[in-house]
Amino acid sequence: MQITVNGTATEVQAQTLAGALDELGYRDAKVATAVNESFVPATARDAPLSPGDRVEIVAPRQGG
Amino acid sequence: MLLYGTAIASRLMLGTAQYPSPAVLAEAFRRSAAGIATVSVRREAGGDRAGAAFWDLIRDLDVTLLPNTAGCHSVREAVTTAHMARELFDTPWIKLEVIGHADTLQPDPFGLVEAARILTDEGFKVFPYTTEDVVLADRLLQAGCEVLMPWGAPIGTGLGLTNIYGLRTLRAQFPDVPMVVDAGLGLPSQAAMAMELGYDAVLLNTAVAKAGDPATMAAGFARAVEAGRLAYEADPMEPRDMAAPSTPVIGRAFLT
Repeated sequence: MQITVNGTATEVQAQTLAGALDELGYRDAKVATAVNESFVPATARDAPLSPGDRVEIVAPRQGG
Repeated sequence: MLLYGTAIASRLMLGTAQYPSPAVLAEAFRRSAAGIATVSVRREAGGDRAGAAFWDLIRDLDVTLLPNTAGCHSVREAVTTAHMARELFDTPWIKLEVIGHADTLQPDPFGLVEAARILTDEGFKVFPYTTEDVVLADRLLQAGCEVLMPWGAPIGTGLGLTNIYGLRTLRAQFPDVPMVVDAGLGLPSQAAMAMELGYDAVLLNTAVAKAGDPATMAAGFARAVEAGRLAYEADPMEPRDMAAPSTPVIGRAFLT
């Protein structure tokens, strides 16, 4: 299905957020996620994705 | 200094952005002796491990982390960002920024209060980036904030304290609330002035990171913050218009 990952249209085979993270190279990465502007905790990433979902994947960064 | 029940030894809080290199960042933190570091969350590309590298760097700094919601312009964006930050950094502390104006990066007071209330209800310890407005400060306290962080000047300007009257008024209105002057500082003398006004701490980033020698500037700020705090605790003299001799007049040799 096609979803949007960090603003870029992306084709994934996975049906869940956890599966998509694995597929896109985030396995074991220190990231947090949101789907359609709502936070998805690491413990809830087995929930199914739907075509067109907007996924945000963020990591620790420098800040002021 | 107690912030949400946590004792913080240093009254200097330092941002982690814009340094020329990770090594310079680490040295600046060492020289600053800052007790709190601000951090953020940003998009990570698949296969990239920039987040993990930064995480390793800041863990070695041995400071308390204060994640921010920098760049958020809506309540929902700020709340979602706060949740992602809480999970990533494993802390309920959040420097809440809800920006209302693109050029000045001035907080959106209405969104700020709403987001502060939501996050407080969800167990966050909110450090709101606010203005010196006393009414807004009161609303933020009502929303559950136990710390306030009024700006000195707009973020990244280095203009110092642009409304000393407002900051003095805010300090006087809420004498028991820990307050941090956050943003707009460019020089150690400005940080000293904030501390002399009775602010509990200062938070800065650009002034150190963009100095020609960040580590030396960090040391300068550390001393200024300490000097300003000592001056506040020492109860400064009142200024007066007319001169008053400091050397005793009595006993002066009578010479013509």
